[in-house]
Amino acid sequence: MELTTLWFLLIALLWTGYFVLEGFDFGVGMLLPVVSRDETDRRVALGTIGPVWDGNEVWLLVAGGATFAAFPEWYASLFSGFYLALLLLLVALILRGTALEYRGKLDDDRWRRRWDAAIVGGSFVPALLWGVAFADIVRGVPLDADHEYTGTFFTLLNPFALLGGVTTVLLFALHGAVFLALKTTGDVRTRAIGVAKVTGPLLVVAGGGFLVWAVLAYGPLWTLVPAGVAAVGLVAGTLLAARGREGWAFLATAGAIVAIVVTLFGTLFPDVLPATDPAHSLTTTNASSTAYTLTIMTWVAVALTPIVLAYQAWTFWVFRRRLTRDDVAGEAGLPVRTGAHAR
Amino acid sequence: MNLDLARWQFAITTVYHFLFVPLTIGLSFLVAGMQTAWVRTGDDRYLRMTRFWGKLFLINFAIGVVTGIVQEFQFGMNWSDYSRFVGDVFGAPLAIEGLLAFFLESTFLGLWIFGWDRLPKRVHLACIWLASIGTMLSAYFILAANSWMQHPVGSVVNDATGRAELKDFGAVLTNSTAVGAFAHTLTACFVTAGVFVLAISAWHLRRADRPGTHTEVFRPSIRVALVTLLVGSLGVVVSGDLQARLMTEQQPMKMAAAEALYDTVAPASFSLVTVGSLDGSQEVWSLRVPRVLSFMATGSFDGTVEGVHDLQARSEQTFGPGDYTPSIPTTYWTFRLMIGFGMLAGLLSLVGLWLTRKRATRPIPRWFLTSSIVALFLPFAANTAGWIFTEMGRQPWLVFGMLRTADGVSPAVSTTSVWISLIVFTLLYGGLAVVEVGLMLRYVKAGPPPPAGVVPIATPTPSVSY
Ligand code: HDD
Ligand code: HEM
Ligand code: HEM
Repeated sequence: MELTTLWFLLIALLWTGYFVLEGFDFGVGMLLPVVSRDETDRRVALGTIGPVWDGNEVWLLVAGGATFAAFPEWYASLFSGFYLALLLLLVALILRGTALEYRGKLDDDRWRRRWDAAIVGGSFVPALLWGVAFADIVRGVPLDADHEYTGTFFTLLNPFALLGGVTTVLLFALHGAVFLALKTTGDVRTRAIGVAKVTGPLLVVAGGGFLVWAVLAYGPLWTLVPAGVAAVGLVAGTLLAARGREGWAFLATAGAIVAIVVTLFGTLFPDVLPATDPAHSLTTTNASSTAYTLTIMTWVAVALTPIVLAYQAWTFWVFRRRLTRDDVAGEAGLPVRTGAHAR
Repeated sequence: MNLDLARWQFAITTVYHFLFVPLTIGLSFLVAGMQTAWVRTGDDRYLRMTRFWGKLFLINFAIGVVTGIVQEFQFGMNWSDYSRFVGDVFGAPLAIEGLLAFFLESTFLGLWIFGWDRLPKRVHLACIWLASIGTMLSAYFILAANSWMQHPVGSVVNDATGRAELKDFGAVLTNSTAVGAFAHTLTACFVTAGVFVLAISAWHLRRADRPGTHTEVFRPSIRVALVTLLVGSLGVVVSGDLQARLMTEQQPMKMAAAEALYDTVAPASFSLVTVGSLDGSQEVWSLRVPRVLSFMATGSFDGTVEGVHDLQARSEQTFGPGDYTPSIPTTYWTFRLMIGFGMLAGLLSLVGLWLTRKRATRPIPRWFLTSSIVALFLPFAANTAGWIFTEMGRQPWLVFGMLRTADGVSPAVSTTSVWISLIVFTLLYGGLAVVEVGLMLRYVKAGPPPPAGVVPIATPTPSVSY
C-alpha cells in the first residue's frame, strides 16, 4: 500500500478513537441537566468520565499532530480556513476542561452552577461543530490554486453541514446516554435509558438522512455498506439499552461511530480536502509529507499505538465498577466560608 | 498588520502556556518524590505533603492542559505558510509528543487522581511517576521541534516543493541545541517548583505562632524546596553557559544582540546594566565586568565576540539585502532579567539552607520567610524572559536561515478574524488566571489535611472528586 494511503487510514483511525471515546464524554456533558436531579446525581454522572476524559481528548491532539506531520498542506489549509469555527471550538474545549477539573474544588452552589453551564455548553458546541466540520470536509470547500480557503465562516453553515452537526449531537448524546446507563445505578441509569430511547429514533432519521446524502452526493457506492452498518448499530444500541443490556448497547453505538467515520473517510478518499474547483483539491498525494517522514512516523505509530491502547484499556478496567450515590457522598471540595479544611 | 497581530497572539498564548508548564514539570516530580517517601516510610507527614502539594499541582495542571490545546492548532490557524514549509520536519516531533507523552500524562494522572482506593499502593505510586515522566518527554519533543527552528539540522530546503524536507530524523532529535535547551528548561522547571514550594511553605511558617498551623508539614517541605532550588539553580547556570556557547556558534547575531555589542571586540566585557538608548550611539553609563562576555560566548577569557555591524554585513552577503538585526533593547533586557531573577532565586536557596541547617529546632527568621514569599514571581519572570529572548533574538527568522517570520503567516486569514481571536484569547486567558489564582489561594490557605489520627482519613481520598 502507498504510504500516503496508509496515513490516510491512520488519521481516520485517530479520529475514530477520538469520536468513540470523547464522544461519550461529550454526551455525558450535554446530558448533565437531563439525567440528574440533585448534586449527588451530577457527581455520579461526572464521576463516570472524570478519570478518562483527558486521555480521551488526547486522541484529538494526536490526530492534529499526525495531520501536521503526514499532511502538512491539509493541516495548514484546514485550520486557517476554518479559523473562526476552530476558535469557537477551542474556547469550548478550554472552558469545558477547566470546568471538569474545577467544579468539584469548591463547595459552593453558585460556583458549581457556573461550571455546570460550561460543561453543558462546552460539550454541546464541539459535538455540533465536529459534525459541521466533517460534513464540510466531505462536501468540499472553496480553495484557490495555493490551497487557501476563500470562503467565509458562513460558507461552512450550509444545510448539508448543519445536518451533519445535528447528527453528531444526537450521536454523542446517544453514545453518552448508553455509557451513563452502563456506568451508573438507580435514577441516573433509568433516566439515561430514557434519553437513549428518545435520541435513538431521532438519530436514525437524521443520521440516516445525512449518510445517504453524503454517499449519494459525494461518495463511491461501497460506502453505503458502512452507512448501513451504522444504521444497524444505532438501532441495536437503542434496543439493547432499552432492555438493560448496556454493555452490548455501548459496543453497538461505538461500532456505529466507527462505521460513520469509515463512511465519511470513504467518501473523502483520495481527497483530504476537496475544493469546489476539483483542480485545487488537496489529495493524499499533493498534501503529504515526504516518504522518509512518513516511514519514520509509521514506525513510531506501529510501536506506540498498541501500548497506548493497552494502558487506556487498563484504565477502563480499573474503573469498571458502576458508580452509586454512596460512592460520591461526602466529597464536596473546599468549603467556601469557614476556611476549615475539607479533603 | 496580520503579521504583527499573529505574532502578538502567538506570544501571548505561548508565554501564558509556559507560565503553567514549568510548574507542572517540576511539581509533578516533587509530588512523586513525596509520595515515594510516604510509601517507603509510612510516615503520615509525607502523605499529607503529597496531598497538599498534589492538589496545588492539579489546579495548575488543568490550565496547562487547556492552554496546550490551543498550541497544537495555532500553527495551522495563523501560520499556515509556516506549517506548509516546516510540516515535513516539524510535524514529526509534535505528533510523537502527543503519542508518547500526552497520552502518558493524561491517562496516568487520571488513574492517580481517582485511583487512591482502587489501586495497590505501589501501582498507584507508579502512576504519578509515569505522569511526571510524561511531562518531561513532552518537554523534550517540543523543545526538539523548537530547537530545529533555532538551528535547522537534518533537513534541506527543496526548491521544487518550496519547503524544508527531513533527511535525518536522528539529527533533529540529537540536535545540540535541543539537548542544551532541554537541560536548561528542565532545570528551570526545578527552579520554578522549588521557589513555589518555598514561598508557600514560608507563608505557612510565618504564621506558625497561630493555632492550627502545620509546621510538621511545612518544615520538611521547605527543606525539599531549598534543595530543589539549589540543584536547579546550579543546573540552570551550567546548561545556560553551554547554550550561550552553542548560540554564539549557531546564531551569533543573537549573542551580539544579547549584549547590545555593536562592534567586534576581544576580549569583550559583559554589562550588568546600561543607562542610555542601546542603539549603539549614546551609551550614558554602564556597569561592566571585564572579559565575561568573551567567556560566555567562547569559553575563553580572550575570545573574540562579533558585533552587530559585522554580522549584519555578513548576513546581507549570504541572504541578500534586508534587516537581520533583532530588537536589541528587548534581547538585551530579557537576557539580563532571566539571569538576574534566576540568580536571585538561587541565592535564596543558599541563605535558606544555611538558616535551616539545624533541623526543625530553631525558628527561621521572619525576614527570610518574607523574602521567600516575595520571591514567588522570580522564576515565572525569568522563564518568560528566557523565552522572549530566545524567540525574539531569532528574528527576522522563523526558521533560522530558511524562512522569515513575515513569510510564515497565513495569507488568507482576514485581519478581522485575527483581531477576534486575539481579543478572545486574551480575555479568556485573563479570566482563567483570575479563577486559577483565586482557587490556588484558597487551597494554600486551607493547608494540608489533618494528621491521620485527628480526622479519619482511613478512607483515603474519596474515589470521586467531582
Ligand atoms: C518545556 C516544555 C513545554 C513547551 C515548550 C510547550 N509545552 Fe505544551 N505542555 C507541556 C510542556 C511544554 C507539559 C508539561 O507537558 C504540559 C503542561 C501542563 C500540562 O498539563 O502538560 C503541556 C500541555 C500541552 C498540551 C495538552 C496536553 C494534554 O492534554 O495532556 C498540548 C496540546 C501542548 N502542551 C502543546 C504544546 C505546543 C504545540 C507547544 C509549542 C508551542 C507547547 N506545548 C509548548
Ligand atoms: C513555551 C515556550 C515558548 C515561549 C514562551 C515562546 C515565546 C515566543 C514569543 C514571545 C514569540 C514572539 C516573538 C516575536 O513576536 O517576535 C514567539 C514566536 C514564535 N515562536 Fe515561540 N515560544 C515558545 C515555544 C515555542 C515552541 C516550542 C515553538 C515551536 C515548536 C515556537 C514557535 C514560535 C513561532 C512559530 C513563533 C511566531 C513567529 C514569531 O513571531 O517569531 N515557540 N514565541
Ligand atoms: C547564568 C544563568 C543563565 C544563562 C547563562 C542562561 C543562558 C540562556 C541562553 C543563552 C538562552 C537562549 C538559548 C537560545 O536562544 O538558543 C536561554 C534561554 C532560556 N532561559 Fe536561560 N540562562 C540563565 C539562567 C536562566 C534561569 C535562572 C532561568 C529560569 C529560571 C532561565 C530560563 C530560560 C528559558 C525558559 C529559556 C528559553 C528556553 C531555551 O531556549 O532553553 N535561564 N538561557
